Amino acid sequence: MTDNQQTGKAFRLLLVLLLSAIAGWLAYAVLALSSSPAGLGEQVVTHLDTSGVGNPVTAVLLNFRGYDTLLEMAVLLVALLGVWSLGGIADYRESPPGPVLDTLSRLLVPVLILVAAYLLWVGADAPGGAFQAGSVLGAAGVLLLLSGWRLGNRFAGLLLRAVLVLGLGLFVIAGTGLFLIGGAFLEYPPSLAGGLILLIEAAATMTIGATLAALFLGNRPRVEPDK
Amino acid sequence: MSYIILYALLGVGLFVLGLYALIIHAHLLRKILAINVMGTGVFLVLVALAARHQDAPPDPVPHAMVITGIVVAVSATALALILMLKVYAATGKTELHDGKPD
Repeated sequence: MTDNQQTGKAFRLLLVLLLSAIAGWLAYAVLALSSSPAGLGEQVVTHLDTSGVGNPVTAVLLNFRGYDTLLEMAVLLVALLGVWSLGGIADYRESPPGPVLDTLSRLLVPVLILVAAYLLWVGADAPGGAFQAGSVLGAAGVLLLLSGWRLGNRFAGLLLRAVLVLGLGLFVIAGTGLFLIGGAFLEYPPSLAGGLILLIEAAATMTIGATLAALFLGNRPRVEPDK
Repeated sequence: MSYIILYALLGVGLFVLGLYALIIHAHLLRKILAINVMGTGVFLVLVALAARHQDAPPDPVPHAMVITGIVVAVSATALALILMLKVYAATGKTELHDGKPD
């Protein structure tokens, strides 16, 4: 037994030494970086006029590197499909929410939806955008799920699936449409870019919010047969 | 400039701390949390280094990458948590079998 403990201690010491070396190496790598890098920032600022939005981060996310964001929406969908295909959790016990949680969630959820809409709208010209708005919507969904609310039968089937693929679907449709009318994939014409980005962001917001809440629930909402 | 280096070094520290916890703990939930801490360290380094330029505004490309990364990390964590619950349901353990006979 003491032998085992000693090996454990020796192993731990070795690990700490090794990780200290890695930490030192990484810190050196960070410190050795030049203080005036030739980043992509200047290029983004130069082409910001053609992107249709005024916020450089939104311009990068939805326009210049829109392909990344498209694939990222696909990752979200695949993760949710993975969670659903694992069949959820068998013993999902629920307790009725306390009066504070119940009342507070009723008060907070409308405010959260309003905040999400604001973040989505303001994302064109200031910090904000689809991901932030989607996260706020997802938080509202988690709050509702925690206070015992579940999707009704009418919404748990086709409508929920439609919302979950809306973001990715609209992205792909917009990209392919632009490709077919003569541009490149996801290359927005500057005159249409602002509107297209807002449309795609609105769809992405709803999808991100719904996906995050669905990931939190873990189980696929079951459509109960009508009584 | 110096506070940017401070943030970047803090990110490196978080990454290594997460790596240590990932190796040392056998409990799967702790491993998942450790990977999340490591990811947060990487995000912190990216966001800090985006502001390296002295008088230009911060580089928006790393910021966009971090926003994308956060959402991917959340969905990967959800998938990992479900897998952990499935392992627990199947084996009654919250650790992975290490191949040694019991």
